[in-house]
Amino acid sequence: MSRHVIAPVEELPPGARKFVTIDDRPIAVFNIKGEFFGLLNRCPHQGAALCEGPLIGLAQSSNPGEIEYTRHGEILRCPWHGWEFDIRTGQSYCDPRKFRVRAYPVNVEPGSAVVKGPYVAETIAVSIENDYVVVDL
Amino acid sequence: MNIQVRPDTAPASSTTVRPAIADCDIHPARKGSKDLYPYLAKRWHAHLETYGGHPYQGMMSGPPYPKAQPNASRRDAYPPDGGPQGSSLSFMQQQHLDPNNVALGVLCPLNTGQGLRNQDLSAALASAINDWQIAEWTGKDSRLKASVVVANEDGPAAAAEIRRRAGDKNFVQVLLLSRNVEPLGQRRYWPIYQAAEEAGLPIGVHAFGFGGNPITASGWPSYYIEEMVGHSQCQQAALSSIVLEGVLERFPKLKMIMIEAGFGWVPSLAWRLDRAWARMRSEVPDVKRPPSEYIRDHIFWTTQPMEDPERRDHLFDVIDWIGWDRLLFATDYPHWDFDEPSRVLPAGVGDAQREAFFLGNARRLFGIAG
Ligand code: FES
Repeated sequence: MSRHVIAPVEELPPGARKFVTIDDRPIAVFNIKGEFFGLLNRCPHQGAALCEGPLIGLAQSSNPGEIEYTRHGEILRCPWHGWEFDIRTGQSYCDPRKFRVRAYPVNVEPGSAVVKGPYVAETIAVSIENDYVVVDL
Repeated sequence: MNIQVRPDTAPASSTTVRPAIADCDIHPARKGSKDLYPYLAKRWHAHLETYGGHPYQGMMSGPPYPKAQPNASRRDAYPPDGGPQGSSLSFMQQQHLDPNNVALGVLCPLNTGQGLRNQDLSAALASAINDWQIAEWTGKDSRLKASVVVANEDGPAAAAEIRRRAGDKNFVQVLLLSRNVEPLGQRRYWPIYQAAEEAGLPIGVHAFGFGGNPITASGWPSYYIEEMVGHSQCQQAALSSIVLEGVLERFPKLKMIMIEAGFGWVPSLAWRLDRAWARMRSEVPDVKRPPSEYIRDHIFWTTQPMEDPERRDHLFDVIDWIGWDRLLFATDYPHWDFDEPSRVLPAGVGDAQREAFFLGNARRLFGIAG
């Protein structure tokens, strides 16, 4: 497993997403209300840049006629054919057994830890005063 | 808030060259409502601004976008220089034609003014959109070919437009839509078929249309998802009408392309038509052969939306019935249900079939040398 520093936290405020390429893999990191998530930016269906899609909620129905709309902003909808993926797990909603998008753990680490750690700083200079978004690959 | 932070360096692009393909359903869009003005008499500028288009459709179910994605199009297909998806040739080249190695792209303009109630306006808009296709698209990229758009409800006007474009190598087909005022085999449309046959142009019948009829035979559906699948039943009705009215008997050289309505249903429709014809042949003596023979001889099918059954042998069975020489690959770019060429065919297709599917059939049908 390798760890990659991708941005200072200020660069990724809530609602932001950052696209990076790590070890030839296109990855996007999202800040959703202060929580960070990483997903492979390639749709398992036909290969669209999945992470360019909108974040929507989850429409579900437990009984016909009763519709709940929950988890607003946590479901990623593919920009091509609209398949929906759970940003927390990469699981698809149309066929969860067969299709999932690779999810990567993302953490926030203090600069002091990043400077010391076994990390690879991708594109940014690191200083110990800051906090950094770190992706595990 | 939706901030997007992009990496400084573009991701490494693949160095493998994809095999050349034809794309038989590309939708060019206009940047704005006045794009056609240079090709339209002044009278119509004022008319459009005063009265609008005035379609047959009471309950519009075509243009009001978004449909599933903005403008019913890929979210990643907005040109960086502005305008709706599909409105920039340079971006289409960069996003689709070049990377997918499209050697032949057939333009199917939609929302063109086909089938308006004011037939003169419909004819003027059809002619304008044909000029626009040459000026903005085929004249600037020789891979692209245009459709002759016609005022489909006015047979003589449509035939005149086809004759005006006959012999012009910018055009490779005549474009009709599946929903018209009447089923497509009926006599009001025959002048179109006659002119197309004379011009040697196949007729493309694209799903959609604004003839005032609902998409399903049981009325207006509640959901867009019903409309999506309704296209195939609409196309079945159009095709049945074309066969049973004797169009293909009367115009024996005519070829037709069913665009964007699937093809998995074709064998069962043909079986039902053949069975009914055997019993009731005397009602339609103009139809001299079993309907399936006309279908096999005259009809081509674009692939998008590609049939995707769970078992690939089911797909191959259907294609074996239709013929590997009858399918024309299409992506539907920039629309959201775009098919990615490298992902549409399952494994197990031989090289010759693959070549026919992706390019050879289209080149032969449109008479375009490789
Ligand atoms: S490519 Fe993502 S849903 Fe088809």
